[in-house]
This record gives sequence, structure tokens and C-alpha cells, in this order.
Amino acid sequence: MKTVIIQYNAGNIRSVDFALRRLGEEPEITGDHEKIRQADKVIFPGVGEAKSTMEYLEARGLDRLIVQLSQPVLGICLGMQLMCEDSEERNASCLGIIPVRVKRFRGDMKVPHMGWSRITGLKSPIFEGVPEGSFVYFVHSYFVPENACSIAESWHGMGFSAAVKRENFYAVQFHPEKSGTTGERILKNFLAL
Amino acid sequence: MIMPAKRIIPCLDVKEGKTVKGIRFEDIRDVGDPVEMGRLYSQAGADELVYLDITASHEKRKTLPQLVRDIAANLNIPFTVGGGVSDLDDARILLEAGADKISVNSAAVRSPELIDKIARNFGSQFVTLAIDARKEQQGWQVFINGGRIETEKELFAWAREGQERGCGEILFTSMNHDGAKKGYAIDALDGLSRILSIPVIASGGAGETDHFAELFRRTDVDAALAASVFHYKEIDITEMKRYLSKQGIEVRI
Repeated sequence: MKTVIIQYNAGNIRSVDFALRRLGEEPEITGDHEKIRQADKVIFPGVGEAKSTMEYLEARGLDRLIVQLSQPVLGICLGMQLMCEDSEERNASCLGIIPVRVKRFRGDMKVPHMGWSRITGLKSPIFEGVPEGSFVYFVHSYFVPENACSIAESWHGMGFSAAVKRENFYAVQFHPEKSGTTGERILKNFLAL
Repeated sequence: MIMPAKRIIPCLDVKEGKTVKGIRFEDIRDVGDPVEMGRLYSQAGADELVYLDITASHEKRKTLPQLVRDIAANLNIPFTVGGGVSDLDDARILLEAGADKISVNSAAVRSPELIDKIARNFGSQFVTLAIDARKEQQGWQVFINGGRIETEKELFAWAREGQERGCGEILFTSMNHDGAKKGYAIDALDGLSRILSIPVIASGGAGETDHFAELFRRTDVDAALAASVFHYKEIDITEMKRYLSKQGIEVRI
């Protein structure tokens, strides 16, 4: 099985690579269209800013490539937000896979939402063996509102979507690569799809 | 209001690639391999780790990127690297090596725009402002270079400035409490978490389980950092978390 991690100008790609290697995978980090298209599993990670990241993807045609992929794709953090319609973060227009607008946390809560929060309402094979209310690690200032594609929820002052799925596209707002054994289980489940 | 779980963060001081723990910044005892130590802490229930290269500020050495790569390859929880991060390139090297966050301390006091630069380039979540301060007659004074040099800065004003410049967290160490094992600097930490809208990590003074309970009951800080009580196994993290949970404090078990 070949797993690729999409290479682009975002942080934490190395962390995802390391996490997969701890699970015995040998992922390739690449921006090459052909390699991405032929992979069995594609991981679309990311920490960073939405608008400049979209511009980077567009400049390399990766935006059009990603939406056409038919194998299981896992977006992580910014990767999840970029799968949405658009974002309040500098009004970025995103990939449009999940038909919802990404919003910024407002109110009294501390932002960024940084730390371990519970996930509930788990409904997908990627959460097999993960108990309701498990803790996972989040770092984000923008969130995906709950929507028809949500497969997990979390809370930070308000409920938000911790994971989404539409067809072959899966995405998580938290960082499975940093979420201890729970995160390892989720990554393993994705790789087993 | 549902908040993230309170984080328990062991701090590992690193000198020349080995883990040590400074007792009151002096008299250092070797306690092992930083990578193995980190993995053990993760298994023991730590939520996050902080690695501080304690030789960096003093001897102007750079934190070793190779060590950071080894840690990142082996650790399944987030970790922060600090000590000697003095410019954007230092930050970039550590990011590329796999650090989740870096902390800046002395260099940020000398040139505060370092915080803006790192936040702008790599995001607020990547930069923690670490502040060492000591309470004196006129108030809480900020110190740099591992507590050796007193500065003009005042704790609360500096923390607020750090937030405005874009740091994602404040890690405050009370030099009055550090090493004394008589509890955290509750009043100062309460003040900090009231005036800041970013997470606050408490450091300095942990000696027993009740000090953590007291911290989370009496302040809104997000995390508690400690070193020697975990290193010398005076406190078992999982046992302590069970205790905190019974007290109604949300922790990850």
C-alpha cells in the first residue's frame, strides 16, 4: 500500500510523517500530481493560514487535483478547513468539498483553542475502537460548524465539527499525529479503509 | 462552559543532549536520555512536554535540531522546544525538525518584534512566550538568561505585550516559587489568566498533588508545568490525574 502526504507550504508535515512511520508505514511526502493520483491513501495535513495556503495550492494545480481524487483522503486541521467552501480567515475561497463556511471562534473563550478536548457523536469507521468522549489534541483559531457531513463533534465554548466525511474525503480538526494512542488508532483506522 | 482538559506538562531540561534537572538553576543532576524520557512521560499520562536547552542562553549555543528530530520521531504528544531561540532562522530550523511549538524568553525581551515575526511566519500556535519573574517590592520583575539578569520589564505588562504581538501561550515561571515545592504563585497566575485571552501555563513551585489541585481550583490557568516532582517520581501523573478528576477538575485520563 502506498500512502502519500501532500507536500505544501504548511507546518507539521514532518509530524504526520513520523506518526505514520511509528505505525509501520513508509509514506512519501510529495507534491507530484501523478504520485498523488496513484496513491492508495492521501493525507492532506496542515498548520498555517488559509488564504496563502490556497494560493500555493492553486499555483501548483493541487486544488483541482485534490477535489478529483477518488481514493480515501484524510485532511488534518487546516487540511479540513481547506476542504470546506470558504473561510472567514481573510475570506479565503477553499476547495468546496464540504459545503460549509469556516468561522473564527468568538466570545470569551481562549483562542487559539489549544489542548485536549473530548470528541463525541462518533460515526465513522475511522473511529472504530475509539470510545465516545475520548480526548484528542486540538490547535486552531477557526472552526468548521456542525453540518450534514459531521462525523464527530467537540466543544470550545460552542459545539463545532471535530471531523467530517463526504464520499472518499475524511477530515479531522484535531491532530491525530499528536493525540497519543487515540490518535494512533484513528490513523490506523484510516489506513485500513 | 466546556473548556479543554487541564494539561499536565513535565519539563525536561536538556544540557549537551542529555536530560538534567536544575535545582534552583544550580547543582544539576543527570537524569537520562531526553527521547526515552519523553516517551516514558507520554505513556505515564503527560499531555505535553517542554524541552528546555538550559545551556543555550548562557553559552550562546543553539538547541540541537537532531535531538528535536529524534524526539519528534518518537513522541506521540505535542512538545515545545525552548532555550536559545534568538531569531527567525532558529525557529524555522526547529519547526522543520518537528517541534510543535517553540518558546522564546531572553531574546524576546531584547527584541520583542521576534514574537511578531515568528507568529506571522509560522502562526501564533507555534510561539510560546516564556517569562521568568521574581516578586520584589515594586512588583513582579522579569529576568532573562536563566534568571541571572534583571530587566526593566514588569510581568503583567510584558505578558500582555506578548499576547498583542501574537504569541499563542504564556509560560510563566515564578522564581520565588521555583524549586521551593510549596505551591504555585497563585495570585500572579490568577492575575495573568484574567488579563490574557490566550492560554497560560503555570510553572514553579509544584511539590505535591494538592498544589496542582489548588492551582486549578483557584485560577483559570490552562496547564501546569513541573520538573523535579515528575523526574524523581515523587508524583505519578496518572494517579494525580485521577485525584484531580475526583475533585471535579477535567483532565485527560
